[in-house]
Amino acid sequence: MAGQDDILLRVEDLKVHFSQKKQHLFSQASHVHAVDGVNFTVPRGKTFGLVGESGSGKTTTALAVMRLVHITDGQVFLGDIDIGGLEGEDLRRQRRHMQIIFQDPYSSLNPRVRAGDIVREPLDQMEVGEVASRDERVGELFRLVGLRPEQQALFPHQFSGGQRQRVGIARALASQPDLIVCDEPVSALDVAIQAQILNLLRALQDEFGLTYLFISHDLGVVQYMCDEIAVMYLGQIVEHADRISLFTEPLHPYTWALLSAVPSADPAIRDRSDRIRLRGDPPSPIDPPPGCRFASRCPFAESRCSGETPALRTIRDGHAVACHLVGDDGVPPQRQI
Amino acid sequence: MNTPSPILSVADLAVEFDMRDGVARVIDDLSFDLMPGETLGIVGESGCGKSMTALSIMRLVPMPPGRIAGGEIRLDGENLVAASDVRIREIRGNEISMIFQEPMTSLNPVYTVGDQIAETVRLHEGLSKRDARDRAIEMLRAVAIPAPEARVEEYPHQLSGGMRQRVMIAMALTCRPRVLIADEPTTALDVTVQAQIFDLLRDLKEQTQTAIILITHDMGVIAEMAQRVVVMYAGRKVEDAPVDELLLNPKHPYSQGLIACVPHLQAVPTVERPPLMEIPGVVPSVSELGRGGCPFAPRCAQAMDRCRQQMPPPSTVAPGHQVACWLIDETRAA
Ligand SMILES: Nc1ncnc2c1ncn2[C@@H]1O[C@H](COP(=O)(O)OP(=O)(O)OP(=O)(O)O)[C@@H](O)[C@H]1O
Ligand SMILES: Nc1ncnc2c1ncn2[C@@H]1O[C@H](COP(=O)(O)OP(=O)(O)OP(=O)(O)O)[C@@H](O)[C@H]1O
Ligand code: SF4
Ligand SMILES: [Mg+2]
Ligand SMILES: [Mg+2]
Repeated sequence: MAGQDDILLRVEDLKVHFSQKKQHLFSQASHVHAVDGVNFTVPRGKTFGLVGESGSGKTTTALAVMRLVHITDGQVFLGDIDIGGLEGEDLRRQRRHMQIIFQDPYSSLNPRVRAGDIVREPLDQMEVGEVASRDERVGELFRLVGLRPEQQALFPHQFSGGQRQRVGIARALASQPDLIVCDEPVSALDVAIQAQILNLLRALQDEFGLTYLFISHDLGVVQYMCDEIAVMYLGQIVEHADRISLFTEPLHPYTWALLSAVPSADPAIRDRSDRIRLRGDPPSPIDPPPGCRFASRCPFAESRCSGETPALRTIRDGHAVACHLVGDDGVPPQRQI
Repeated sequence: MNTPSPILSVADLAVEFDMRDGVARVIDDLSFDLMPGETLGIVGESGCGKSMTALSIMRLVPMPPGRIAGGEIRLDGENLVAASDVRIREIRGNEISMIFQEPMTSLNPVYTVGDQIAETVRLHEGLSKRDARDRAIEMLRAVAIPAPEARVEEYPHQLSGGMRQRVMIAMALTCRPRVLIADEPTTALDVTVQAQIFDLLRDLKEQTQTAIILITHDMGVIAEMAQRVVVMYAGRKVEDAPVDELLLNPKHPYSQGLIACVPHLQAVPTVERPPLMEIPGVVPSVSELGRGGCPFAPRCAQAMDRCRQQMPPPSTVAPGHQVACWLIDETRAA
């Protein structure tokens, strides 16, 4: 087990709610419960994955960690520092320790700024290192991400998608952060280019001891990149485990369904007879009903599922699940026949 | 045994676009067959010509600046490239239908889904308004949309992405086409919804014996859905094989790369995670096409002098397995 001091990121009971416009003058204001009571910790130097359906709150969780969205409730610690409580200059100074890489390398880079200046910007903004040494640092960052020095003079549109993502990674690395949030970093890229970027991210992690909060809807990518994984459903974590346990012994019926749904080139997965299919779409995150949020689509749901909210409980070392029907012995409903 | 004849046969297809600095051949020398009841996958990186192949079959290549510059596309023997516009309109939707990646762009936002399906049925089958509406409800039920009587009254934006794609499938299948082209039909959807759509396509295919061309960039999808697969690179077919053969025994360096560079979901993940295989470089831009030599040569680890000078012709390595790569010659000569 990692000791307390090895934890870089700690998220405690995080809630992010967005208020919706009222439909009528007299109707109650409604709220999107985008993130609704999320807890996790990320050990230093590891990759923590967030997976789940579109709209389950992965990006919002990441943005809250980055303090790029208003935190409704709960706490976020980077090391010992409660970043949820920082304001002004304190927050600005803390920002150099956490950076983000976005999905879309096209829209996340300013089209009118040269690549070299894009990478240099965080150094100037956060006053990292001596002014005189910053040019050298930019050159070094370009080399690290596999770009040539003369490419500093180019504008974003003069790069391919994969190269643009490299510029984004160089920018994220500039301030020597401890934590890098990667929100679907390869989803917009062709598979051949994905491999280049994933290899680069792992090599940089080894070299600099980086910690990643990694979001992807591609479970193959998540399985390859992440050491620990949390599965989200409608703003909550329904299962959390290390990479081997999650994929070999998924406990939550939703995780099970998710793994069942992945089209696979691996015949061992394709021919598994116990794959299950979900019906319907996820319910709305606006003022969600009590009980298990998966109940309306769960093939095993009982009456208590829609009445009582299942708590996330640890079944065995490092493997937690929020489902009433997983026995204390760790036997999930899909295995109880 | 007499071999069945293909329902659709593409031969030596070429598609060109007029560009500022000349003509770009975005599809070249493309040939493949689609057998009745078969699902054929087409894979390849962005820009390799998958959608353009589909649009050519539908005769929807934007013209100008594009045009079909050569070759034949035969539906049951009839050459669609030479067919009249009137005849093509008859074929579209009746004998060949297409579903697109983003259903929102092909559904009309101002009409209810019921009206849109009914309109298709009325056009193609000449049903009365009433009957067309009943037929629309029946179609929505067939694609597993809950409460179809209520859903026919709704507008596209009121449906989820998965439901919109189901409506598209319902419309595409209304007239029981013999060929269905699905261009990345699930790319915008969650995997759990994607799985539902694929189950639906499989069931409908079983019932109607429609042959399907499934365009995707996901080898997992190919493995689950297709019997045969065409791998495209820079507007050309580089390999054509039965799916299991391609997955286990890919011959073209590009196909090998495409399969090996993806971290496939494993049933039991290994503790060790070696670096992924990379295909270096990027796909050529349209202006670089047609320069002679194998288009993959600049990215190919095994390229020889000959590869950079001469285009490798397709050669048959096993029954139903074609590869366009000079390495095949080398291994034969050895
Ligand atoms: N600024 C906002 N205002 C209102 N609702 C929002 C806002 N941002 C996100 N949401 C809602 O919060 C929920 C969670 O969204 P989020 O983007 O975090 O999901 P996600 O898991 O990242 O999904 P995806 O896989 O599609 O990226 C969604 O229902 C979304 O519509
Ligand atoms: N209107 C156009 N004018 C010029 N070139 C075009 C036009 N439409 C497409 N092309 C070119 O034709 C080639 C093939 O494009 P196509 O859309 O078929 O690719 P694709 O394989 O479907 O890619 P993706 O996976 O991104 O959908 C590309 O190089 C593209 O740039
Ligand atoms: S023909 Fe040559 S360059 Fe092209 S894929 Fe084969 S070995 Fe590589
Ligand atoms: Mg997101
Ligand atoms: Mg396309």
